Amino acid sequence: LSTGPRLGEQLFAGNCVRCHGIAGRGVTRAGDNGSLGPPLHGVGALAADFYLRTGYMPLADAHDQPTRSRPSFSDAQIKAIVGYVASLGGGPPIPRPDKSSGDIGRGRELFTEHCAGCHQVVGEGGILPGAKAPPLSRATDVQIAQAVRIGPYVMPKFSTRDISDSDLNSIIAYVDYAKNPTDAGGWGINHLGPFPEGMITWLIAIPLLLVTCRLIGKKARR
Amino acid sequence: MRRPLRWFVAALVLARAVKPRREQRPPRERIIPAEAPSPRAELVVAALLLGSAAAAVLAIVAYAAQWSTQAFGGPLAGALALLAAAFIVAAEHLVVTEELEEEYPPDEHPEAEDDLSALVRESGDRITRKGLIGGAAAVAGTAMGAALVTPALSMGPALNTSLLNESPWHRGRALVDEFGKPLRADDIEQGAFYTAFPHGAVRMDIASPLILIRLEQSLIHERRAWAPEGILAFSKICTHAGCAIALYRNPKFGLTQPSHALVCPCHYSTFDPTQAGKVLFGPAGRPLPQLPLRIAPDRTLQAAGELSGPPGPSWWGVRRP
Repeated sequence: LSTGPRLGEQLFAGNCVRCHGIAGRGVTRAGDNGSLGPPLHGVGALAADFYLRTGYMPLADAHDQPTRSRPSFSDAQIKAIVGYVASLGGGPPIPRPDKSSGDIGRGRELFTEHCAGCHQVVGEGGILPGAKAPPLSRATDVQIAQAVRIGPYVMPKFSTRDISDSDLNSIIAYVDYAKNPTDAGGWGINHLGPFPEGMITWLIAIPLLLVTCRLIGKKARR
Repeated sequence: MRRPLRWFVAALVLARAVKPRREQRPPRERIIPAEAPSPRAELVVAALLLGSAAAAVLAIVAYAAQWSTQAFGGPLAGALALLAAAFIVAAEHLVVTEELEEEYPPDEHPEAEDDLSALVRESGDRITRKGLIGGAAAVAGTAMGAALVTPALSMGPALNTSLLNESPWHRGRALVDEFGKPLRADDIEQGAFYTAFPHGAVRMDIASPLILIRLEQSLIHERRAWAPEGILAFSKICTHAGCAIALYRNPKFGLTQPSHALVCPCHYSTFDPTQAGKVLFGPAGRPLPQLPLRIAPDRTLQAAGELSGPPGPSWWGVRRP
């Protein structure tokens, strides 16, 4: 393998070209091998870096939903492919979010409004018709910022008019907090919300109390 | 230091001296039979009570020292449990208990009961047309019941369903965003989704909120004329139970990914924006009402007509088309 600018092109040719076409022109008509893929002109370093570092790409079957897995390439290889994809037709660069300037409270509000419908309010993920919303427990700050802007798979995308960069910092600060929230009450019950908590009260704690009362009463009667 | 102590002892002695002697009463016969005292049980109860006190103090310490919530709640629960244990031991071993059964007294005046039933029977003798009175009473009861049930009609229009079609959306009504700013065609980007309201109308009205998306025009199969430049507007209220449509399934590459859809987060009713809001999945029984749009010369968005159906939830088939 060579190094430098040629490396990215070679890796692309070896791993991506089957679905994304020569020079990233895309494959929009299924060939003999059934491979299909969108063109990559203008997606930029932002999207390429996201899909490679989350292990979303390369995808075994073009019709599958990409899921998080170990990246298939080394850091240097990813940088090379990202550089090549960016050279195909411009596009946005890799974002540099700064969650320390974000506000967790504001982030929770924004997350509830824009994200929680699919990803649940603490980012546990969920199921939707035709797709799974992934959990955000392993998403890095940069990956969250990238996903918001590109909307991976069937997620809507959000422009800077919908979610400004400073709001995005707040969202990242909140997601980071939600990875390990302070469970003041003790057991978080997987952070599934008030319904499981109520269920545990009704189905476990209250029967336990009733049984205890009954045992005490029985003994006292003699 | 010594002086207050002396005062204290003096006060104690004085209080004892001043306290009036109890009058000696003649000993009464006991009601409850005497049982032997149980010093061991007393000791156990006292120990449990003191243990409870210690646990409660520990809870206070935990709070003051700002230990974890559990370090506060645990001892507090322990204090309550020890208190309960003290009560149980006291009830079992110290307090005398006995079970008493009270016999139901025998009938004292059996003949009076016969008199009473005769009295009731004979008081009705005066009524000759029992059917008439009974019938009238039945009519009164029925009418009264109907009168009480009538207000239930206020819960929804059962007879006049045309009210359900009322909406602030008419030809020429401008679309504004949540801050009241007019929405322009160029604000609506592909891949994102937006909420719109009617300019100068009540937002709380169930017919007011819209969800806006922009699609490639070639993707739109039905009502292409309603979507200038590919901008589509639908009622944001799900036709199933009236939740807000808050999810937008937005494929980037239609050949391998599920199609565009508007999804309700409550029960996952899924509507197809490219086919006039057709239900693709879920419990919704009718399509999502669509609003035809037009772009004014100043590029702002306006309604080009009325919603395609009554907006809002459906029940009893009332809103079925």
